[in-house]
Amino acid sequence: MSLAQAVRDKLDIPDLVTGGRTLKDITVDIAKPNEDFPTKLWWNTFLLVLSITLIDVAIIGYLFYEGLYILGINNPVGWGFFVVNFVFWIGIGHAGTLISAVLFLFRQGWRTGINRAAEAMTIFAVLVAASNLILHVGRPWLGFWLFPYPNERGPLWVNFRSPLIWDTFAVSTYLSISLVFWYLGLIPDLATLRDRATETWRKNLYNVLAFGWVGSARAWSHLEIVAMILAALSTPLVLSVHTIVSFDFAVSILPGWHTTIFPPYFVAGAIFSGFAMVVTLMVIAREVFNLQNYITMKHLDNMNKIMMTTGLIVGLAYATEFFIAWYSGNEYEGFAFWNRAFGPYGWAYFIMISCNVLSPQVFWFRKLRYNIPVMFVASIVVNIGMWFERFVIMMTLNRDFLPSSWAMYTPTLFDYAMLIGTFGIFFTLFLLWCRIMPVIAIAEVKTVMPAKEGAHH
Amino acid sequence: MYLPKLEQFHKYKEADEGVFGVFETPEAILHAAEKTKEKNYEGFDCLLPYPVHGIDEAMGTPRSGLPWVTFFAGLFGCTIGILFQYLTHAVDWPMNIAGKSLNAWFAYVPIIFELTVFSAGIYTVATLAYLCGIPKASRRILHKDFTSHKFGLWIPKTAKGYNESEVVSFIKGLGGQEVTVVKPENAQ
Repeated sequence: MSLAQAVRDKLDIPDLVTGGRTLKDITVDIAKPNEDFPTKLWWNTFLLVLSITLIDVAIIGYLFYEGLYILGINNPVGWGFFVVNFVFWIGIGHAGTLISAVLFLFRQGWRTGINRAAEAMTIFAVLVAASNLILHVGRPWLGFWLFPYPNERGPLWVNFRSPLIWDTFAVSTYLSISLVFWYLGLIPDLATLRDRATETWRKNLYNVLAFGWVGSARAWSHLEIVAMILAALSTPLVLSVHTIVSFDFAVSILPGWHTTIFPPYFVAGAIFSGFAMVVTLMVIAREVFNLQNYITMKHLDNMNKIMMTTGLIVGLAYATEFFIAWYSGNEYEGFAFWNRAFGPYGWAYFIMISCNVLSPQVFWFRKLRYNIPVMFVASIVVNIGMWFERFVIMMTLNRDFLPSSWAMYTPTLFDYAMLIGTFGIFFTLFLLWCRIMPVIAIAEVKTVMPAKEGAHH
Repeated sequence: MYLPKLEQFHKYKEADEGVFGVFETPEAILHAAEKTKEKNYEGFDCLLPYPVHGIDEAMGTPRSGLPWVTFFAGLFGCTIGILFQYLTHAVDWPMNIAGKSLNAWFAYVPIIFELTVFSAGIYTVATLAYLCGIPKASRRILHKDFTSHKFGLWIPKTAKGYNESEVVSFIKGLGGQEVTVVKPENAQ
């Protein structure tokens, strides 16, 4: 037994790969879902989510044809579900980058089991978020107006002082950097699949996807440095993206929105909901693909702890908002918050509080942190709560300075269909991805193997 | 002062002709790389399923110079971000908004930041692709286990003092198995 292993045993540090797997076993186990014919369960789920997606696409077509009036948006509440969905999905995306970048910089070995799926989740969530952003402008075919480009309308440029333009730049930068980070990590694993492939079509597919990677030590040395650089770039990027998303609200002069707590409050909420979604997906993936040796209870325990911590931060933010509304002595601010909790949308506020602040408290108990059904339910409850958080923020609009312009917002069937449709698109992409690419970073897991035969440290 | 050196931008070289041997453990490949460095076979390479710690020192390859690319690309993106926003808002299309200064640069910070990160990231990755010789659609695969659980030592024909039979016995002496001579005609 090596010294490192003796230290781990003495300190009772659990192994990140259990079951005494060798290097070859890791490759075989993780590549299995990509090489076998999909199971009946996969087909059923896939067909279900695919049909939701197709219905959503048809509804989007109808929306383009008819115009935005088919939705529930009205004069005070001019944004509606689209922006709720946008902020919700972009928040989901953030946990992926946090797992891959921040935990990478902090040398957290346990991230290797979950980072690949979390990064894929980021990409798909950001795509869904961006589609909502584009749809909500009403005439998406003019969406390119958001980018500065030389045009024939004289010296006409976009307004760089507008938070909407900041959003455009932030989201597109985030999407491209996340995409590159994710794909760079995938290249060695795709090469593994290429070299294992037996059928010609599979070999050809992975040959193209793997970009001709052979595992040269010189190339690895560059790749490792670039992974670190991209992690270092993505970390502030994550914080900046959700900060900028919060500026969409905070830069306005509306009571309840115009607050300096918004950037950190949004970032914490994003991590919170993102980790909840990672837990949901990982719990399913580990059962369906038999990955219990790689996504261990320790991994889930760590994620539950992060979920509880960020849940507490979000709870503190809710309390601070109320405190400041009272302490500032600003009656408009005070009314906005009184209206939030006890106004017509008070029910949504209490759903938010009970899902986001109360439900994660179960993770104070070790037994519940290690209980799969409990964490699965809690993660879904948190996601519901976080969707309602964004809904509550949006509903601040329904009662502004002038009581004469107050109006209620009632979502129509189309609003609900769009909301369900976002889940359809997300899960369709995720399920397809699970079939084609490894759900766990094969090469990275090999670097954190317990120090036994076949490992280097 | 720490300055970039050309050796830090070492490139992956295509495997056309040479000899490779298969090793079972990361320790074995580290040992083999050290010995090959001592023997001074230029341009030799190791083929690994995952980044083995210490292989750079063992092979004698210097630390990658890519952070320099990131730094200058970031600086470039930052400059573009400042200039573009200033020139469009204060020079090409001045707009008086609430009597604020035309160059109200605080509002430019988010986009300057995003362009800095974007440029730094994308140029670094582009340079990485160039140095690693990717993407390339079809590349000779020496051994299919090198991307799974085995480790390879590759000595190309272009190395100084290359002598086929000598290299074969050298790799065998290091404990390499399946020592194979690669020639263009037996390409897979």
